[in-house]
Amino acid sequence: METIGIPRSVINEIIDHAKAGYPDEVCGIVAGKEFSSAHLYNMTNTENSRVSYFMDPGEQFQVMKDIRERKEKMLAIYHSHPDSVAFPSAKDVRLAYYPDSLYIIVSLAGDIPVLKAFSINEGEIVEISVKPL
Amino acid sequence: MPVKVRIPTPLQRLTGGKEEVEAKTGTVIEIVNDLDKQYPGIAERISENNKIRRFVNMYVNEEDIRFLQAEATVVKDGDELSIVPAIAGGISQ
Repeated sequence: METIGIPRSVINEIIDHAKAGYPDEVCGIVAGKEFSSAHLYNMTNTENSRVSYFMDPGEQFQVMKDIRERKEKMLAIYHSHPDSVAFPSAKDVRLAYYPDSLYIIVSLAGDIPVLKAFSINEGEIVEISVKPL
Repeated sequence: MPVKVRIPTPLQRLTGGKEEVEAKTGTVIEIVNDLDKQYPGIAERISENNKIRRFVNMYVNEEDIRFLQAEATVVKDGDELSIVPAIAGGISQ
C-alpha cells in the first residue's frame, strides 16, 4: 500500500473539526506544496446533515483561488462519517470529481476516531496508508 | 477581447492539459456548447439538456451564476468564467 506522511498536527486538526461538528458531517480541504508541509481549510457543510455534505460553493471558490495564488495544490479533501466506517460511500465515489486529490475520511462511529485516506479515480477506490509525521 | 474560461483539473484532460482556454462572448450555456466544439465531451460533463449540472458550480468573475441569470447569464468581453465541480458526498442518495 502506498504511504503518505501527514503532520500529526494536521491529522489532529481534522479529527478536532470532525468532533466539533458532531453529529453532523464536516468537510474541508488539505492544501500545500506537499503533505509534509500541508495546512487545512475548515469549510462549511451547507447541508447541516449527519449523512451528507455539500461544501459551501462560495467558500470553495475563494479557497481554490487562494491555493492557486499561493502556488499550492489541493492535496486532499476531507469529510467525517459521524456514524459509519472510514470508507467512501457510493455517493462519495459518484461525486469524487477530483482524482488528483486524496479523499480523507474520519469516522467517529467507534470509541476512538479513525482516519483513512483514499484515492478515488473513475469509481476505483485505493486506500493510501497515512503515517503521522 | 475574448472570454477567459478557467478549466478545473479533472476536465483538463479534455482541453489537452490547458488550465485556461478562450471562448467567444455569449450566455453561459452558449459558451459551454461552443467549448464542446473545440473540446468534444466537455459540455456533457458540465451540463445536461442545456442546464448546468447540480454538482457543477460556475462563476462569472466572482459571482456564482445561480445568483445571476444562471445559464442565461451573459459573459462579456474580458470576463472570466470559472467551472468548479462541487465537493460533496454522503451516505444518503
